[in-house]
Amino acid sequence: MRSLFYVLTALAVIGLAFWAYRENYRTQAALTKAGQLQHEIARNRQRLRVLNAEWAYLNRPERLMELAELNFDKLGLLPLQPYQFGRIDQVAYPPEDDLLPILNPIDVSGMEAEQP
Amino acid sequence: MIRTPLRPLARILDARAKGENPDAIERENIRIRHEQMRDRARMRAEGRLLVLGVMFFCAFALIGGRMGVLASTEPSEPRSSVAGAQILAQRADIVDRKGRILATNFETHSLYAQPPQMIDPERAVNELMRIFPDLDRERLTRDLTGKRKFLWVKKKLSPEQKQAVHDIGEPGLLFGPREMRLYPNGRLAAHVMGGASFGREGVHAAEVIGVAGVEKTFDERLRDPAHGHEPLRLSLDLSVQAATERVLHGGMKLMNAKGATAILMEVKTGEILAIASLPDFDPNDRPRPAVEGNPSDSPLFNRAVQGVYELGSTFKIFAVAQALELGLIKPSTMIDTKGPLRWGKHRIRDFRDYGSEMTATKVIVKSSNIGTARIAQMIGAERQQDFLKKLGFFEPTPVEMVEGQGGQPLLPSRWSELSTMTISYGHGLSATPMHLAAAYATLANGGRKVTPSLLRQPAAQLGPRVMSEQTARASMTMLRQVVSEGTASFGEVEGYAVAGKTGTADKPKERGGGYYEDKVIATFASAFPAHDPQYVLVVTLDEPVETSGEEPARTAGWTAVPVAAEIIRRVAPLLGLRPQIEPGELAGITLTSN
Repeated sequence: MRSLFYVLTALAVIGLAFWAYRENYRTQAALTKAGQLQHEIARNRQRLRVLNAEWAYLNRPERLMELAELNFDKLGLLPLQPYQFGRIDQVAYPPEDDLLPILNPIDVSGMEAEQP
Repeated sequence: MIRTPLRPLARILDARAKGENPDAIERENIRIRHEQMRDRARMRAEGRLLVLGVMFFCAFALIGGRMGVLASTEPSEPRSSVAGAQILAQRADIVDRKGRILATNFETHSLYAQPPQMIDPERAVNELMRIFPDLDRERLTRDLTGKRKFLWVKKKLSPEQKQAVHDIGEPGLLFGPREMRLYPNGRLAAHVMGGASFGREGVHAAEVIGVAGVEKTFDERLRDPAHGHEPLRLSLDLSVQAATERVLHGGMKLMNAKGATAILMEVKTGEILAIASLPDFDPNDRPRPAVEGNPSDSPLFNRAVQGVYELGSTFKIFAVAQALELGLIKPSTMIDTKGPLRWGKHRIRDFRDYGSEMTATKVIVKSSNIGTARIAQMIGAERQQDFLKKLGFFEPTPVEMVEGQGGQPLLPSRWSELSTMTISYGHGLSATPMHLAAAYATLANGGRKVTPSLLRQPAAQLGPRVMSEQTARASMTMLRQVVSEGTASFGEVEGYAVAGKTGTADKPKERGGGYYEDKVIATFASAFPAHDPQYVLVVTLDEPVETSGEEPARTAGWTAVPVAAEIIRRVAPLLGLRPQIEPGELAGITLTSN
C-alpha cells in the first residue's frame, strides 16, 4: 500500500513538472506573440496617422479651391450661395400618369359586371 | 534505547559489601542522566536556531538579490498586461469641430554626425552641401574635421533627402527618428495653432513642445500619454475658417488695409467658429519673432486677441443698452444732440450735424457722439464702469490662447466724467476685437454673459445675467436699424437680417500726442439673424482706405462693413443657416393676465 502511494506521488510529481514545463513555454510563446502584435498595432497606427495626415493635406481648403478653379470648365463649382437652399414644398410632386394606360381591364368581381 | 537503571543491583551490592553508601551511586546516576538530558535539549535547540537562521538568511538573501536584480536591469514594458488603446505615445492631434485634422504628427528623421567615425570628412562636406545648400560650408568643415565628437546637422529630413544622405555612404553620418508636428492646412488658422518646436533632444527621440497658440496652452494635455489617442477638439470649423480667411484677405487687399481680423462666434455656446488675423504665417515654418519695430507689424501678432485698439462707435450700443436697462431712456426718448458739446477745453463733435435732437434709436442709427455722450452723462462713471466690467472689458479675454493674456485692455487711469463721455463712443478705452465679440454675443444672447472659447462646448452656456432680455432685444432692434437704414447699409445681406454697429476710430500716434488724421481702425460688429441671433461676427480693418470714389473713404461703413457682409454671405450657408424672411414688427401687444 505504502509503496503504491510512493509510486503515485512520484508519477504525480513527474506529471506536474511536465505540465509546468509546457505551460512555461506556451506562456513565453504567447508573450512573444503579444509583443509582435503590439508592435504591429503601433506600426499600423503610425501608418494610419500618416495616411490621415496625407488625406488632410490633400483635402486642405486651399488646394480644393485651386482644383475647383482649375476644373471650372468641367465642374462649374462655385461657393455655396444663400439662394441654393431649397424648401420641400418647392419640389413638385412627380406626375402621376406615368403608368401605361390600362387597355384590357379584367373584371375581378362578377357582381357588378353586366350580364351579356 | 536501554535505560541505565539508577540503582544497578551489582554495584549496590558491591558498595554494601564495601560499606559505602549505595545512595551515592543513585545520585551519581541521576546526575549523569540529567546531564545527558541537558545535552540533548541543547542540541535540539541549537538545531532549531540553525534552521531558523538559515531560513532568515535565505529570505533576506532572496529579497536582497531581487532588489539587486531590479536595480541593475534595464526597465522593460510589462508584456503580459493588457495594453490600452494607446500603444504609441505621441503628441495628440488637434482637430476641428467636425474631426478634420488641424495638426498631427509625422515621422521623419534627423541627421547627426559623429566626426571620429568619419572616413572622408571633406567629401562628406561637399556632398552635404550639394543636398542642403542652406548649410554653412565653413562651419560644417570646421565641425566635422575638428575635435567635436557629435553634432546635429539637420533637425528634419524629407525621405528623399534621407536617401540622398544615405547614398553618400559615410559611416559617421547617422539618422535618428524624429516626430515632427505637421499642420496640413498650412496657413489656415495659423494664429490659433501657433506652432511647435523641439524641446529636449536625444538621438533616439525628441520632445515636441508647443510654442504658441493652443499648442502652448494645452501643451500638457497634448503631451499627456493618457490622452495621446484622443485628439483635442477645437470649436473651429475648417471650411468656415477657410472661407472667412479668403474673404478677409480679399477685403484687406481691396481696402488697402495693412492688417485685418475677423472673429465669428456662436452666440449660445460662445464657441469661436472662425478667427482670422492677417497677415499670417505658416505654422509649419514659424518665423522668428521680430526683435525691433512695432510688434503688431509681425505676422506672428494676433490682432484678434492681442491687438488692443480703441474700437470707436461700436461701444455706443453699450451706453444705450445700459440706459435702457436702468430705465433712464426708452428707444423713443429724445436726446439733445446740439453740437459741438463742450466739456472743459474739449469739444465733442459728430461726423455730420444731425440737428438739435433725435431719438435714442436714431442716436445709434446715425452714430451720434454727442447723443451717446449725453446718455453716458445720465449713467455716470461708476455705473458705466460696473456695466463694462460685467461685459468683460476690464481683464484679458479668457480665450484659450497664450497670446490672449497679452490682450489686457487699456483703461483710463482716472475715470473722470470726460472719460465716461468719450468711452461711451469708444475712445479712451482700448480693448481687443475678441472683447467686442464677447460683449456683442452677450447682447445677442438675451443679456446673459457669453465667455468665448476655442474648445468644442457640449452645451449652451448659462452665464450670469448682465441685462434683461427686453433690453437685449431692444438693443438688437436698434442694431438692426443701423444696417437697414443707418451707417452700415452695405451690411445688408438678403435673408440674414444682419444687425450691427460700425466703428471708426482714429489711430493714436505710437509716441503719444494725439491721433493720426488719416489712419483709422474700422470695425464692424454684427450679429445675425437679428430676430433670433445665432452668430456674432466682428471684422476689424487696420488703416483701410477705400479709393473707388472721388474722395478716399475711411469710415467703417465703406470699408469693414462690405467685407463683413461678404463674409456673412459666404459663411452663413456653410453654417447651414437658411435665408429667412424677417418677421415684421409686431404690434404693441403685451401678454397680460386678466
